[in-house]
Amino acid sequence: MIALLLRDLKLAFRAGGGFGLGLAFFLIVTVMVPFSVGPQSELLARIAPGVLWLGALLACLLSLDRLLALDWEDGSLDLLATAPLPLESTVTIKALAHWITTGLPLIMAAPVLGVLLNLPVQGFQWLVISLLLGTPALSVIGTFGAALTVGLKRGGLLMSLLVMPLYVPTLIFGSEVARRGAEGMAVQTPLLLLAGISAASIALLPFASAAVLRVNLR
Amino acid sequence: MSIWEYANPKKFLATSEKVMPALWVSSAVLISAGLIWGFFFTPDDYRQGSTVKIIFLHVPSALMAINAWFMMLVASLIWVIRRHHVSALAARAAAPVGVVMTLIALITGAIWGQPMWGTWWAWDPRLTSFLVLFLFYLGYIALWEAIDNPDTAADLTSILCLVGSVFAVLSRYAVNFWNQGLHQGASLSLDEKENVHDAFSSPLYVCMAGFVLLFLALVLYRTGTEIRARRIKALMARERLEA
Repeated sequence: MIALLLRDLKLAFRAGGGFGLGLAFFLIVTVMVPFSVGPQSELLARIAPGVLWLGALLACLLSLDRLLALDWEDGSLDLLATAPLPLESTVTIKALAHWITTGLPLIMAAPVLGVLLNLPVQGFQWLVISLLLGTPALSVIGTFGAALTVGLKRGGLLMSLLVMPLYVPTLIFGSEVARRGAEGMAVQTPLLLLAGISAASIALLPFASAAVLRVNLR
Repeated sequence: MSIWEYANPKKFLATSEKVMPALWVSSAVLISAGLIWGFFFTPDDYRQGSTVKIIFLHVPSALMAINAWFMMLVASLIWVIRRHHVSALAARAAAPVGVVMTLIALITGAIWGQPMWGTWWAWDPRLTSFLVLFLFYLGYIALWEAIDNPDTAADLTSILCLVGSVFAVLSRYAVNFWNQGLHQGASLSLDEKENVHDAFSSPLYVCMAGFVLLFLALVLYRTGTEIRARRIKALMARERLEA
């Protein structure tokens, strides 16, 4: 399992692995927002938590098609499926690698981009905490979407269509935590619900992803 | 008489062809009777005037929008557990019907909301969760269309349907949390204080029964079409082999 994780991380970090693309996308989306809604700082401060969450979600989504497609193309996915490691663990590790290469950089970049969007001071910690709790769910749900569309030639757009509705609850609770935090309100309820969604997704979705992957590898 | 007998497409077609005319006729009679009764022989509401009468389209289509997804969920489960081929095709056949029902509910709701709430659309929990349901339907149909191998497609879409159902319910309650609603509570529930007045509820029940039968007829019809389409595909493949 650790060998697989290290392999995925190495592949992602080395040249051509596309590491940092998600981060750059997050940056560019956030920078485009003031151009479209105008530079008034009160307005930006109000929408900052939601925009940052949406940007992080889109960056996660865009990096998903590389998650399994490359392994599918060169056949290593077949090898992984026949390896002694259960497919459930393989997809969990894949999701973990995706989170480390995409989610974690996004979380670290989010406060910096929060400055650009004039996020209120008390909002920073809650933004980071909500992303920390929410992005694992995004990675796991995304792995399910990637497993569904892995064999398709033009799977990218279809995957967005499939994954976006599944992201709805995570996005609602995640940005609610960030918004309430920024406005100085109590965050406990949405925070617990967000954590619950993440925990349940991590516990249950790998089984669905593995089942789907088995169908696709048949 | 068990559903396993109808895993045989020939038997399914024979029975559904016998049942279908009755379903078409009774659904047409019930819907037209319910709508005429509802539109012309019920009093105007004292506050909403005659706009209230769109309820006779809005509520039954919303009911079927949810029940169509529920039917797809059950059909998908039957396919995943016992590989009942007709069941997978019935789930596929129900999805476009469900999309249309969701659209009717959303559009009639917007037409109703404009004079009553002063807005075509509000990010109310019920409205939002219907929009999310609509997106789920689109994804489900798109996945069916994207995959060539029918068995693979049936497997993948049924798992998507199972996972999607969980997330659809989650979204339903998540949006409740996120925004307070304009939409009224249930129109028909066991708690009688909330219900619509009897003058409206009787034609509404007729319309709902009509929509249920219409849905059944459409699904049977579309499932039959799917079976025939697969049969044609198989025949053409055989011909190409022989040629």
